[in-house]
Amino acid sequence: MRAGLAHAWTITKKDLRSELRAASAVITMVLLGFLVVLVFSFSTEAGSKDSALARSGVLWAAFLFPGLLAVGRSFESEKEAQCLEGLLLCPVDRGAIYLGKLLGSLIFSFASGFLVLIFFTVLYDVGLGLKWLALLGVMFLVAAGLAAVGTLSAAITAGVRARGALLTVLVLPLLVPLLIGAARCSVVLLGPEPWNGLGLWPVFMAIYDVLFMAVGFVLFDYVVE
Amino acid sequence: MSSRLKERLGLTTVLGAVAGAAMVFATVAAFVLAPREATMGDVQRLFYFHMPSAWVALGPAFTCVFGFSVAYLVTGNLRHDRVAAAAAEIGVVFTTITLITGPLWAKSAWGVFWTWEPRLTTTLILWFIYVGYLLLRSVSLPGHKRARLAAVYGIVGWIDVPIVFLSIWWWRTVHPRILGGGGFAMDTTMVWVLMACLAAFTLLFVYLLVLRTHMEGMSARLESLRPSRDEWGGDQ
Repeated sequence: MRAGLAHAWTITKKDLRSELRAASAVITMVLLGFLVVLVFSFSTEAGSKDSALARSGVLWAAFLFPGLLAVGRSFESEKEAQCLEGLLLCPVDRGAIYLGKLLGSLIFSFASGFLVLIFFTVLYDVGLGLKWLALLGVMFLVAAGLAAVGTLSAAITAGVRARGALLTVLVLPLLVPLLIGAARCSVVLLGPEPWNGLGLWPVFMAIYDVLFMAVGFVLFDYVVE
Repeated sequence: MSSRLKERLGLTTVLGAVAGAAMVFATVAAFVLAPREATMGDVQRLFYFHMPSAWVALGPAFTCVFGFSVAYLVTGNLRHDRVAAAAAEIGVVFTTITLITGPLWAKSAWGVFWTWEPRLTTTLILWFIYVGYLLLRSVSLPGHKRARLAAVYGIVGWIDVPIVFLSIWWWRTVHPRILGGGGFAMDTTMVWVLMACLAAFTLLFVYLLVLRTHMEGMSARLESLRPSRDEWGGDQ
């Protein structure tokens, strides 16, 4: 167990290091998120007190674009020079590879989401405070679910042609429950609604995350067999 | 042609004849035998095709995809994979029919094409999931690798369905419900016609599944007769 986690962390560190060295991909991701916020702000009149619903839409769209890129990168970069085969030949548990990849995607999508949220906060004049921190927490839950479903799907599409667009098409429908939860939470957190408007949504999202991590952990073995 | 294959084809033909006859009867029943609905008029007759299509897709078809995907991963028998593929295709066709007939009916009954009602929205998400499943199959080369990838997505997609439904249901109950359930009182003839349609569509599903699985089997056989090609190297 402990050895498995150590192996997973080693793989995560390798991914973080290689992505940060070739910084262009990371910068592209974050810029894309910023641009989504910017482009949407023309249609939602940023600065004015838009409805929390409209602002939620902008935030999650701006989060998803770079998030999906991050998830796609996790196996895309392994396709070069047969790195994936090398990784699979390592004497480590396949589950550890899944967890390592998942953690890498989670860190990248959450980090880019964090930067996007700051940009969004400035452009849309979001109040800082406990609600802002809670929004960051919700973003973490979305990033975790995206990483869980995305890592499995990215491994699936790594084996086929035309993988770029396909990954998005496979991942987004599966993420619908999580995105509904995220939208509900952010409407409460961006608007004047009281805290109890959140209801059980954060719990629901956490259960979704854990469930799909477990499903991915079990099924990953079959994908890369 | 082996005698076993002949026998199988014979049975399939009989099944096809029965399904065909049932479909003809169901169509006549829906248009002639069923009484005209008092408030909605003839548009309500769409229901006799809408509801059975939804049943076939969401019931047997997508459950088959899940069941045979699990069976493939457990046994490694490609036949299971072929049944899953056939069921997914049929399921997508019937989901499409459901999604087309639903709004047509809703526009005349409720005045809008679409409401974000849990069943409707879940059906739409399902359509996306299984079209994705078929796309995934279409871009990979036949064989065990494609079967594994598709099976995993088929299983994950099916697990997602109840969660999607729950989340949408929960989400909508927060908002006021603009439209009611859209139900209507059905008289005895209507119920009988509906039952006949359900039976006919289910038979049609079984027939199509057998036929499509058989076709998949033949194309796999054809593939195996061709000069072999490296499974992993092929789609790099």
